Amino acid sequence: MAEYKRPKTEAEFKKNFKQKKPLMNDTEAYYEASRCLFCYDAPCVQACPTSIDIPLFIKQIHTDNITGASKTIFDSNWLGNACGVVCPVGVLCEGACVYNHQDVPPIQIGRLQNYATNKTIDADKVIFKVGEPNGKKIAIIGAGPAGIACACEARTLGYEVDIYEGKEKPSGLTVYGIAPYKITNEEVLKEVDYLQNQLGFNIKYNNAINSKEELNVLEKGYDVIFIGVGLGATRHLGLDGEDKNGVVGAVEFIEELRMKHHEVKIPAKVVVLGGGNTAMDAASEAARMGARKTVLAYRNSRKKMGAYGFEYDLAISAGVDSLFNVTPIAITGNGKVEGVKFAKTEMVEGKLQTNMNNTFVVRCDMVIKATGQAKQGHLYDLIDGLDIDNKTRIKINDEFQTSNPIYFAGGDAVNGGAEVVNAAYDGKMAAQGIHNWLTK
Amino acid sequence: MIDLSIDFGGIKAPNPFWLASAPPTNSGYQIMKAFEAGWGGAVWKTLGVPVVNVSSRYGSLNYRNTRMMGFNNIELITDRPLADNLREIEEVKKYFPDHAVIASLMVESKAEWEQIIKDVENAGADGIELNFGCPHGMCERGMGSAVGQEPEVLKTIVGWVKEAANIPVITKLSPNISHITDPGLAAVQGGTDSISLINTIKSIVGIDLDSYAPYPIVDGKGSNGGYCGPAVKPIAMHMLKDLAQHPEIGKVPLSGIGGIETWRDVVEFILLGATSVQVCTAVMHYGFGIVREMEAGLRQFMEEKNYSTIYDFAGKALPNVTDWKHLNLKHKVVAEINPDKCIGCDLCYISCDDGAHQAIALPIDTTNRIPSIIEENCVGCNLCSLVCPVEDCITMVKRDDGTESLTWHERTLNDDIPVTFDDDRAGGKGHFVPTPEDALKHKR
Repeated sequence: MAEYKRPKTEAEFKKNFKQKKPLMNDTEAYYEASRCLFCYDAPCVQACPTSIDIPLFIKQIHTDNITGASKTIFDSNWLGNACGVVCPVGVLCEGACVYNHQDVPPIQIGRLQNYATNKTIDADKVIFKVGEPNGKKIAIIGAGPAGIACACEARTLGYEVDIYEGKEKPSGLTVYGIAPYKITNEEVLKEVDYLQNQLGFNIKYNNAINSKEELNVLEKGYDVIFIGVGLGATRHLGLDGEDKNGVVGAVEFIEELRMKHHEVKIPAKVVVLGGGNTAMDAASEAARMGARKTVLAYRNSRKKMGAYGFEYDLAISAGVDSLFNVTPIAITGNGKVEGVKFAKTEMVEGKLQTNMNNTFVVRCDMVIKATGQAKQGHLYDLIDGLDIDNKTRIKINDEFQTSNPIYFAGGDAVNGGAEVVNAAYDGKMAAQGIHNWLTK
Repeated sequence: MIDLSIDFGGIKAPNPFWLASAPPTNSGYQIMKAFEAGWGGAVWKTLGVPVVNVSSRYGSLNYRNTRMMGFNNIELITDRPLADNLREIEEVKKYFPDHAVIASLMVESKAEWEQIIKDVENAGADGIELNFGCPHGMCERGMGSAVGQEPEVLKTIVGWVKEAANIPVITKLSPNISHITDPGLAAVQGGTDSISLINTIKSIVGIDLDSYAPYPIVDGKGSNGGYCGPAVKPIAMHMLKDLAQHPEIGKVPLSGIGGIETWRDVVEFILLGATSVQVCTAVMHYGFGIVREMEAGLRQFMEEKNYSTIYDFAGKALPNVTDWKHLNLKHKVVAEINPDKCIGCDLCYISCDDGAHQAIALPIDTTNRIPSIIEENCVGCNLCSLVCPVEDCITMVKRDDGTESLTWHERTLNDDIPVTFDDDRAGGKGHFVPTPEDALKHKR
């Protein structure tokens, strides 16, 4: 069931990927802000990974102190603007709003946050101060949310900061990996520009750190190195026919879509493998790109899916069909994908079992694998004495310091893949950890 | 059968809903439109000495998402030619002979008063209202509230007017005075047929933070305005009550003015002794149509309470408004929180802890945010029930059995009142308060 026409122009692309959380206008923000109860020890603040003082910034919006509201937001979260729209607010701040207990819609905290920061960014208001230079230098690997947040915080503490970024744009998955109906590239990049203009950290683009030699240069040139790398390429599933033309990884698919928009060609029938948020995004995006049929296939039941309920609903509303309790056993086709062979699964004594006697083929022209990304283990292996856990996550202490004391880390590299807001928090706290360590 | 018609000190009207003398009554067009909409009377925008008005005349006080909860103006009396106003009064009366058209007047000398009274009587006005209230502009010229603040002058002018007038006279009072009964009594002694109140309160409604000038701003400057709208209703009701309870003043009919917008406001004013009400700000905000809600609500109320005219319940609250010293000290209420309704905003906790008597505790169990009342600390102040955003979640429950009654007045008579600062008979003695150091245990 195709609900979306294939976008042939940028305008048609924008229509299909209409922003889920459009910018509020002044009147809407004023009225929405007036609804906030200013709860004591507010649950929304407790639910925010960065503990933004939400009732305070909402009151500041209401009293037309927009700059003050932005200051409150950025003081806790350096990516406050992006987080306003990309955070899963339904399970964080807005999910905790006490209005939910009264069957009254919760305050639209995310949109209010985005309203304030957007205004401040567009007006290019100077609200941050670079710290007194302390002569120390920090190298950051990766200009994603963790790296940017770490850089901002470190600059306010007086450090010189260089970020080494493998790609040509900053902010990592925020620009390369988030569904285009959640945030536009312009919105992401202008926030980083705004921060960079005021805080003056350097980003060295197309400058991936991949070798021991490069690490040696960093170790010599800097007092501390912060690892803010994300996850790697989509993991290989080891299926028969996985190398056929038309089998792509979800992360790679989304990245191409974010960069090329309507120029990406999507065939008529698409199967998406996986049950996480990335799978929902990829399926929703394939449908919005005009695929006539998009099928989401997950090996367990709907209940067991890792994706948030609202993400699944969003995919379904875009016209995506879903198959549960099926596992792919082979990709069929002659050089090019023609279908996915599935086997039914069932729970037997608490364990998911594949029933090879019950198989079927779903015909398709494209398979998107949203079944997890590999970690950047090759990089970690190059660092002396760096402890990682059995899931290839870097181990850190409370100060975000790794077992190699000149290396700190945060974000996906330590949590295995979470939200932008978690990375933003880690980056900020790691900078404080670095400062504590260097000034001890 | 409900009959809303009134006879207000000799002025008859089909209902008690009148428009106050103000911008909505600036012309015959507006008043005819209002009568069509359902208003029973209108006090014409004050006729009198020639004036010139400024541009930028109104300022507003907004609260949360509510616009114009308070409103102020620096507009003067009518700036239209007297002849035009008189002709239009005549025309309105032709179309609406049974509606009340009252001419508000403001002039200076006795001769001017006599002339203008003759003019409005000839035009067919049903009554006169003396504007002794306007607190901006006109008072600088010795009129309006300048008169309302000088009871002797007020009495003299009321006397002149009564001598000259053949139609009923309403005296409109200014609230910009310490005791409203002073001008009220002067008006009665001057012979007024009735009293209306309140006129607007001297005010500065806000300051512009860029130009440093008060609203409304006239070319970089402003002047004090007259404050009105929902925010002034409590002040108006108190003054109305003072007049209604006064043995002399209470004998004349009272027209209530000040922040009236809904049927509830109307009923409250009537319960405090008003037998007509006058409205301005609500009409300036929403138009004449609001009278539909007022009339429907008033009728519904009267039907449910089995009243046939407003005189059946006019002043019914007055016996219950008493001096503090006559309140029962044995009455005891405490707050009760309904945990099924509580949404966990904890505003009751923080308002009580910071703003009242530290009688609400947060839950020890952190899985919910439902606070509880520490009954022995609760003085029954109501604060928690007032801040609670959920209807009927916090209620004040009666704890005394109603058999005992003792007032401060009675205790005084019995010589049973605290007399020293450490007297055991003082109220707060022995009442729990945390130690000052306990404050430091709280984070932030």
